[in-house]
Amino acid sequence: MTRISDFIEMKIPAKPEYVGVVRLTVSGIANRLGYTYDDIEDIKISVAEACTNVVNHAYKESSKEPVILITCGIFADRMEVSVTDQGGAVDVNSLKNGECPVQPDMVIEELREGGLGLFLIETLMDKVEISGDSGVMIVMTKFLQRDGVGQDDNRISTELPKQ
Amino acid sequence: MNLSVNVQEEQGTAVVYLAGEVDVYTAPALKETLLPLTEQSSTTVIVNLSDVTYIDSTGLGIFIGALKSSGKAGSKLKITGANVRVKRLFTITGLNEVLDIEEDQREEV
Repeated sequence: MTRISDFIEMKIPAKPEYVGVVRLTVSGIANRLGYTYDDIEDIKISVAEACTNVVNHAYKESSKEPVILITCGIFADRMEVSVTDQGGAVDVNSLKNGECPVQPDMVIEELREGGLGLFLIETLMDKVEISGDSGVMIVMTKFLQRDGVGQDDNRISTELPKQ
Repeated sequence: MNLSVNVQEEQGTAVVYLAGEVDVYTAPALKETLLPLTEQSSTTVIVNLSDVTYIDSTGLGIFIGALKSSGKAGSKLKITGANVRVKRLFTITGLNEVLDIEEDQREEV
């Protein structure tokens, strides 16, 4: 277990135009930490997917001000990015799938335009945890070296912010 | 964080040139342009991704929608010029199996 060395927090309006800002910021942090070009792209896409889900779904039935909280925990061997909304409780199990949404034997009509986001996050990141309380929190981990230690460590360091 | 969408149409072919980033903010502009083109029967719509630097599931979703609409209308949809990163997303999601994606001539490493 490595100790957290730095912690970064961002709170943005849950609007499409800010997702690119988060992407750029997280990309800058990952670049600073020495991730490879490919890993940075994976992190960028995953964080953008998580934010996009919040923008598209989280606050549909909520009267709360639509915000996204993004935190970034920096460790010696990994980076943990969490994306949290306060849009209300959802059944987090209904969000988890894991199966590729597009199958080769599918006919065109069966294809869904949505639902690829979470699948991509799970594919591109090393570890993904989804939890929910007053909203959805997704914690995504990317290790600096894939063969590094700590991969079996299932604990997460970020907690759902209390408001 | 912008996307430019330019269309060149001639003799039953429409080439859609995209440049920039396709995400939740920019995708609506792409959808607005692309879908009406695929709704024209006997048109071949070619989406050129040569200058696309970023795409995520929102963009992929637009292509799925365009594929459905072209299937209904009897038009054709082709995707060209995807770089290695963009192509990887098509492969990971399995969309390379259902979309007509032209191999890039330039081999990138």
